[in-house]
Amino acid sequence: MARMSQLSGRRLVAGIPILWLLVLFLIPFIIVFRISFSEVRLAIPPYTPLFTWHHGSPSLQLHWSSYAFLFTDPLYVSSYLYSLKVAAVSTLCCLLIGYPMAYAIAHAAPASRSMLLMLIVLPFWTSFLLRVYAWIGLLKNNGVINNVLLWLGVIHHPLALLQTDFAVYIGIVYSYLPFMILPLYANLEKHDGALLEAAADLGARPMRAFVRITLPQSLAGILAGSLLVFIPAVGEYVIPTLLGRTDQLMIGRVLSDEFFENRDWPVASAVAILVLLLLVVPIMWFQRLERQELTAK
Amino acid sequence: MNAQPKVNAPPMPAADPASAYVRIANVTKRFGDFAAVDEVSLDIRRGEIFCLLGGSGSGKTTLLRMLAGFEVPTGGTIHIDGEDMSRVPPYERPVNMMFQSYALFPHMSVEKNVAFGLEQEGGGRAEIRRQVGEILDIVKMGAFGARKPHQLSGGQRQRVALARALVKRPKLLLLDEPLAALDRKLREHTQFELLSIQQRLGVTFIVVTHDQEEAMTLGTRLGVMNHGRIAQVGTPSDIYESPANRFVADFIGSVNMFEGRVCDGGGECLRIDSAELGCTVRAERAATGAAGATVWTAIRPEKINISRQPPVAAPAPSPENLVRGTVREIAYMGDMSIYLVQIESGKMLRVTLPNITRGLERPLTREESVWLSWHGTSPVVLTE
Amino acid sequence: MRSRGLFSRCALVLGLVFLYVPILSMVIFSFNNSRLVTVWDAAHSPTLKWYVALAANEQILRAAWLSIRIALVASTGAVILGTLAGVALARFGAFRGRLLLAGMTTAPIVMPEVITGLSLLLLFVAMEQLIGWPKGVGAVTITLAHITFCMAYVTVVVQSRLAGMDESLEEAAMDLGARPGRVFFRITLPLILPAIASGWLLAFTLSWDDLVITQFVAGPGSSTLPMVIFSKVRFGVTPDVNALATILVLIVATGIGVSTVWMRYQQRRRERDVLLAAAANL
Repeated sequence: MARMSQLSGRRLVAGIPILWLLVLFLIPFIIVFRISFSEVRLAIPPYTPLFTWHHGSPSLQLHWSSYAFLFTDPLYVSSYLYSLKVAAVSTLCCLLIGYPMAYAIAHAAPASRSMLLMLIVLPFWTSFLLRVYAWIGLLKNNGVINNVLLWLGVIHHPLALLQTDFAVYIGIVYSYLPFMILPLYANLEKHDGALLEAAADLGARPMRAFVRITLPQSLAGILAGSLLVFIPAVGEYVIPTLLGRTDQLMIGRVLSDEFFENRDWPVASAVAILVLLLLVVPIMWFQRLERQELTAK
Repeated sequence: MNAQPKVNAPPMPAADPASAYVRIANVTKRFGDFAAVDEVSLDIRRGEIFCLLGGSGSGKTTLLRMLAGFEVPTGGTIHIDGEDMSRVPPYERPVNMMFQSYALFPHMSVEKNVAFGLEQEGGGRAEIRRQVGEILDIVKMGAFGARKPHQLSGGQRQRVALARALVKRPKLLLLDEPLAALDRKLREHTQFELLSIQQRLGVTFIVVTHDQEEAMTLGTRLGVMNHGRIAQVGTPSDIYESPANRFVADFIGSVNMFEGRVCDGGGECLRIDSAELGCTVRAERAATGAAGATVWTAIRPEKINISRQPPVAAPAPSPENLVRGTVREIAYMGDMSIYLVQIESGKMLRVTLPNITRGLERPLTREESVWLSWHGTSPVVLTE
Repeated sequence: MRSRGLFSRCALVLGLVFLYVPILSMVIFSFNNSRLVTVWDAAHSPTLKWYVALAANEQILRAAWLSIRIALVASTGAVILGTLAGVALARFGAFRGRLLLAGMTTAPIVMPEVITGLSLLLLFVAMEQLIGWPKGVGAVTITLAHITFCMAYVTVVVQSRLAGMDESLEEAAMDLGARPGRVFFRITLPLILPAIASGWLLAFTLSWDDLVITQFVAGPGSSTLPMVIFSKVRFGVTPDVNALATILVLIVATGIGVSTVWMRYQQRRRERDVLLAAAANL
């Protein structure tokens, strides 16, 4: 009897979040998927109904027009490729900057480690939007960076920094750096220092020991951090909108514009589905890493 | 242990049902395809300390967790004091457990920890306070009631864990590696204290341990487990002096073991020819075996004599229980010394001698030639 | 020291400079008199006039108040659901739906926000068509959306805390006669309370800060603070936003400063206790 009540209690504890996420996370994707096969029309809501009733039974009508449109208009294809490029370059920059930082924290005195970590995380607690906005003030033509460089005499005309790829990279690296550093730190901190000593004892120089011992062991951390930066960066909206080019949009902005400006919900849905298709492999990869991390403890 | 023998549980002597306080019958626990506990049957008597001894992965902890109710057996039944426990959840069992990690609630004081079990049953505050005070006095922790677990030393935590498990006067107390977290000196002291508390309260104990010394001192009876099965049940001396099979002989203490063939199975004693040993073994008080059967002879290191001259009673031409060898290694341990002696067949024998005399005149040295002999009652003959 | 240590240390210092210069520049220019924001008007600065302007900006104040209310409700809801999910994932072993739950709690963390936002809005529209609820979009739909993406973070925090906690504590409580519900409230909950608190703070911050998902599920008259800020800064820098940023940085820095001091104090006390216990044993 008691075991029965225990079982139903467990069912409730697991069931409530599962139900919530089914309704507010999984079903929405199914709706997006369905609407991507509708056609746009002037109505509320602005798409052809999901089902039409034919002689009392529902019939499903699939329109491929949105997808056809996406593949024929070069604007979308180039946005996709551009988003991938931006995300990849930013992820690489994050890794190159974040790895030495995480390494330095992991090798700092234990007393100062938590302080340093706090310094890494602290900007994250202040508004993301405002931190991106701060870069406008730094990068624009009469902004801080240009003023300083002019004053130093390094340049004689202000550099066009804002609304460039460079500005987007800066914005993404700046915003996502903590997401790269934290998993790397968590990984590097667990390394056994004796391994490096053993390598040195066996005659490996520090650089070689790093490449042969530390780097291979930190692959899981590199992967987790990279996915944590890459996946959201592909769909980034705020950073390219505030800092980026106006002649080349990223896919997140395209989706948003299709939805808000053109009110073409089926095309916006189709864009979302194609982005998801692109990201489904990295997302599942990330989930596997996460599961391993949580069960390893 | 490179040649891991397959051990079959010997048929249990059917104990008197009245004396079986805890009856484990054909209990199996499978995790997927792996049988952690495989058809185990055990009877445990009221008031005894029963030690489950085994290596890691032998199934002893799984068996204990099934007694506590944390794991549900895949098959078989567990009865405690005549009551079937199959459908009883852990919080309704008359069983308490002392965890290996002690599992003291870090956010509660010592008193609150000990009172926790009593509070679940209801009962007056005053009564709970009285019982908590009493049990804390028994484990000599009366002065520490207000402390939090992290303010205690390892030994003190162990006492609190014991008090918390005992305060409900369970029919059965389960102890999972109770002394593993203590350092060596403290462990010995605590062992005897545990014994005296058990005698004073008369609670039946089941102790899981991988430490044979601990099992020997604590247990009135031991159950040796291997690969999810019971390899042997018996008193400590039964298990040490008369192991039932090669696994038990090898697992408990150290042993010299030789394969051989029975050459004379009749009469008072058994004679075994062993090519490995290079002599005939005469074993008294051994089970009779058919001539020609393959058996193993086990001799404990302390039961072998080592001497420079052959013992006088050695009958030529084919001596029994006597081999020549050369001392290869000597390890001085203080109270005794261990000698590794290579016999003529090339096999190494382990011999221990107590260092009775202080400052021996002419101690044995390495590479010295010696005679090894033993009494006819020393060899144990094993058929599996 | 070896050169390798030197290199990574320089990288750390430069990285920290990189992280803090933009924030510092906002703080400095919030006291600048000039409308041009980034041109320092030395004659009339520092000034507090942008703070005064901010205090008089009713649109921002209203949006901030709405954001606070949404963040309070959303983070509380996220903590309840996230704790349930975390407990189920960390303690129930293998159960039906485990993989589904695990997948649905980690995916929102990396999911591009435009996709989450779009899908949630389409859900709300479809729901209104089907069952007539929610009536239009606004504070309610924003809150529902925020709960959903915040609970993923709470789940991860709670789950990893539970994974690091000795499960035998809960078994011991059950062994001593406590039913599962009591075990949770007497043992599990008090022990994971720090994780729940930091999960709540994290959820509050995320909800308070979210722009993209909110834009999709917000309606007219339900502009949150990030939406108001975004519409202002989209067309250039405005000095009162610098003042707002400075206030936020100040609040966060104070909060983290206080909690650091508190944690240090607790840590010291604990270490002292452990020392005393060891000494008593000698």
